[in-house]
Amino acid sequence: MTLGLINANPVVHAKKERVARSEDPHGDDAVDPLEIYDILPLFSILNFVRDIRDPEHPYSLEQLSVLSEESITVDEKLGRILITFTPTIQHCSMATVIGLCLRVKLKECFPPHFKLDIKVAPGSHADEDSVNKQLNDKERVAAALENPNLRQLVDECLYSNEL
Amino acid sequence: MELLDANLELKEIQKLQGHTDRVWSLAWNPATAAADVPSVFASCSGDKTVRIWEESPSTRSWDCKAVLEETHTRTVRSCAWSPSGKLLATASFDATTAIWENVGGDFECVSTLEGHENEVKSVSWNASGSLLATCGRDKTVWIWEVMPGNEFDCIQVLQGHTQDVKMVQWHPTMDMLFSCSYDNTVKVWWSEDADGDWSCVQTLGESNNGHSSTVWSLAFNAKGDKLVTCSDDLSLKIWEADIIRMQSGDGYAPWNHMCTLSGYHDRTVFSVHWSRDGIIASGAADDAVRLFVESKDGSMNGPTYQLLLKKKAHDMDVNSVQWFPGEKRLLASASDDGTIKIWELASLA
Repeated sequence: MTLGLINANPVVHAKKERVARSEDPHGDDAVDPLEIYDILPLFSILNFVRDIRDPEHPYSLEQLSVLSEESITVDEKLGRILITFTPTIQHCSMATVIGLCLRVKLKECFPPHFKLDIKVAPGSHADEDSVNKQLNDKERVAAALENPNLRQLVDECLYSNEL
Repeated sequence: MELLDANLELKEIQKLQGHTDRVWSLAWNPATAAADVPSVFASCSGDKTVRIWEESPSTRSWDCKAVLEETHTRTVRSCAWSPSGKLLATASFDATTAIWENVGGDFECVSTLEGHENEVKSVSWNASGSLLATCGRDKTVWIWEVMPGNEFDCIQVLQGHTQDVKMVQWHPTMDMLFSCSYDNTVKVWWSEDADGDWSCVQTLGESNNGHSSTVWSLAFNAKGDKLVTCSDDLSLKIWEADIIRMQSGDGYAPWNHMCTLSGYHDRTVFSVHWSRDGIIASGAADDAVRLFVESKDGSMNGPTYQLLLKKKAHDMDVNSVQWFPGEKRLLASASDDGTIKIWELASLA
């Protein structure tokens, strides 16, 4: 883990207002894509650079434009979810960690039979194919999550307190 | 009976629960294939345990006879019985391979093979039970010699794959080793002389009609002259070689691509297995098991394969499919849903 922020000057966007939906067209077991979105409000990429005393940029993935409403597609009939995310810089080495965190969190929110595919947005990362392949190899994901150091990092990202 | 003409279905015989996490792999004990012997198989899981299941002669159903726990400290990814059925090897993400022996009904860990730098993904015994192979994320394939007193000596570490090696499998009749990898290739390893060095004698890659993504598994037909591989590229590929020539000591005979079965799977194919009577079973990430058979009306280019049936087998990904090695047409499947199912291929009532 390197000291110093990977991206010290991220572009921060204003949080979009959440529009409450009055009717639920999908039925009882429907999962509103915006719900996933709500569960990641304080996901801070830079929180896990532990050696920095003052956490800089305690912004969410939303605010850094890593994730947005458009990046999540759910097909309830087939039970498939596709998430694309945009790492803030082309060579972001945190891309695989972000992907792992997304997987762990989303597994908690969806029924077990749902299939989840996670990709970096096309053109957003220098090693796009390599990152996508790792993120979607479930054996690699399973082994990574059994690694205590990596697991701790993921847990910190997901469950760290509101700043 | 012409398989394609008969009205066949995969009938669920039993659903076995017990594992508390995904079941990655299973293996039938080859010594229990005979009709008068209760059949046994082993399963391994993300719950870090291995379970031994035995058929009850009275109820004709399988019960869990033993849970092999407190040995592996991480996921147990694959298991394989020695040809005699006396030993069980288990490969784990904890970077070790354990060897278990059935000592009067209890399974004891009699040896632990260390050496891989990280997760061991697969283990396989050769036909005579004199050699063992393992492979893992460290990109290597290890060959171990089985010595008396349950001792295992590593005779060579094979380098060549450029990525994570997913599975190793010995040829059914010859001492030829196959490995398949995240680097999209299948490699064939062979040693000219009995005491010689092993080397990679062939790589089945994209340039010779190989897969375009991770190759997860491979299996041989009964004769050993055909090979089927399955991949994240959503296809199965059939390969063949002039085994007779090889068996007569005429040197290495290369494997050639025969055909590609594409358009049948829409998600990763994790497992493939060939039955004694020529039926290929596949297990995939769409929760289904598919069966393929050789189609008799092949073109001049040789036989082709047809889909016999597709069955939604589990609630989650199917990780492993294994045909029973005996006479009965039974198939076992293991899934991310934590269950194992036993199926019978039978005529529709």
